[in-house]
Amino acid sequence: MNFLYAAYTATWIIHITYLVILARRYKRLRSEIEQLKKK
Amino acid sequence: MKRAFPILAVLTAALLSYALYEALVAAPTEQTMGNVQRIFYYHVPSAWTAFLFFFINFVCSIQYLVRRDPVADKVTNWAVIVIAVAACIAPFIIRPLPAGIEPSSVATTGIAIAGLYFLIKKYIPAGKTDALAVASAEVGVVFCTVVLVTGPLWARPVWGIWWTWDVRLTSTLVLWLIYISYLMLRRFSTSTETPALAAALAIFGALDVPLVYFSIWIFRTQHPQPVIGGGGSIDPRMLHVLLINWLAFLCFAALICWSRYRLEILQREVEETQALEALLEPRSSR
Repeated sequence: MNFLYAAYTATWIIHITYLVILARRYKRLRSEIEQLKKK
Repeated sequence: MKRAFPILAVLTAALLSYALYEALVAAPTEQTMGNVQRIFYYHVPSAWTAFLFFFINFVCSIQYLVRRDPVADKVTNWAVIVIAVAACIAPFIIRPLPAGIEPSSVATTGIAIAGLYFLIKKYIPAGKTDALAVASAEVGVVFCTVVLVTGPLWARPVWGIWWTWDVRLTSTLVLWLIYISYLMLRRFSTSTETPALAAALAIFGALDVPLVYFSIWIFRTQHPQPVIGGGGSIDPRMLHVLLINWLAFLCFAALICWSRYRLEILQREVEETQALEALLEPRSSR
């Protein structure tokens, strides 16, 4: 049972990590766009 | 699509929750392996999703290379049509088919290849196929990572070992490494030829996908035989849970791929604007 929970948890950790990376990239890009707008 | 995104995200989350419930609670317990078999409901759909997104990357890479030249573009269009027709005719000519290959799956694959090729060609502008290639490769790598993590977690209690260097496992690892190198090339190379080089690498990498898929029929491997097609069998309730999970993962992967694609396009537009600004700045300061 431990292996089952480990596999499901690992799957969601991988997906959530990727979503966090995507969100951070969006945030960085948005700040770059704001800087360009200021110029 | 921008307005529909939150609705689709909520629907996908609901579908993923339902699929999780089906996998952990509703699916029957396998008699030999017990509950650890339920890893299969995440492992197999993740593998299929990874293959599909690597295939999208392959198609986009081909289109990036050929759509710059009208002659090459026409030749490729006809080649794709010929492949689709050949896939429908070949199973009636080549008999018997190699083990594990069914006539209907050959025809379906051929038509799906052609359909996906022309679908991408119709809806993705020539200048943006490269952006979709990057997005699909990233999503493919995420799902392939899930496959490589959940596989050993299933193997340890069932085989007694975490990993063995058999063909299916090794070719999957090689596939993952090829696409990691593809993403590293995209990330760290600053050459103007990077998209073309990356497209060539992606085409080379995609050749590993059929090897991974057919390795269990061609070679003697420790990996279990497929439960769908190739003479395999599965309890209908297990098949239902498997397909529900695949649908949920497909929707999830499509959403994150679309987000990544939008991000890539925005990133390129920002980079172009920054480059233009850098060109204009010295003139204005004079």
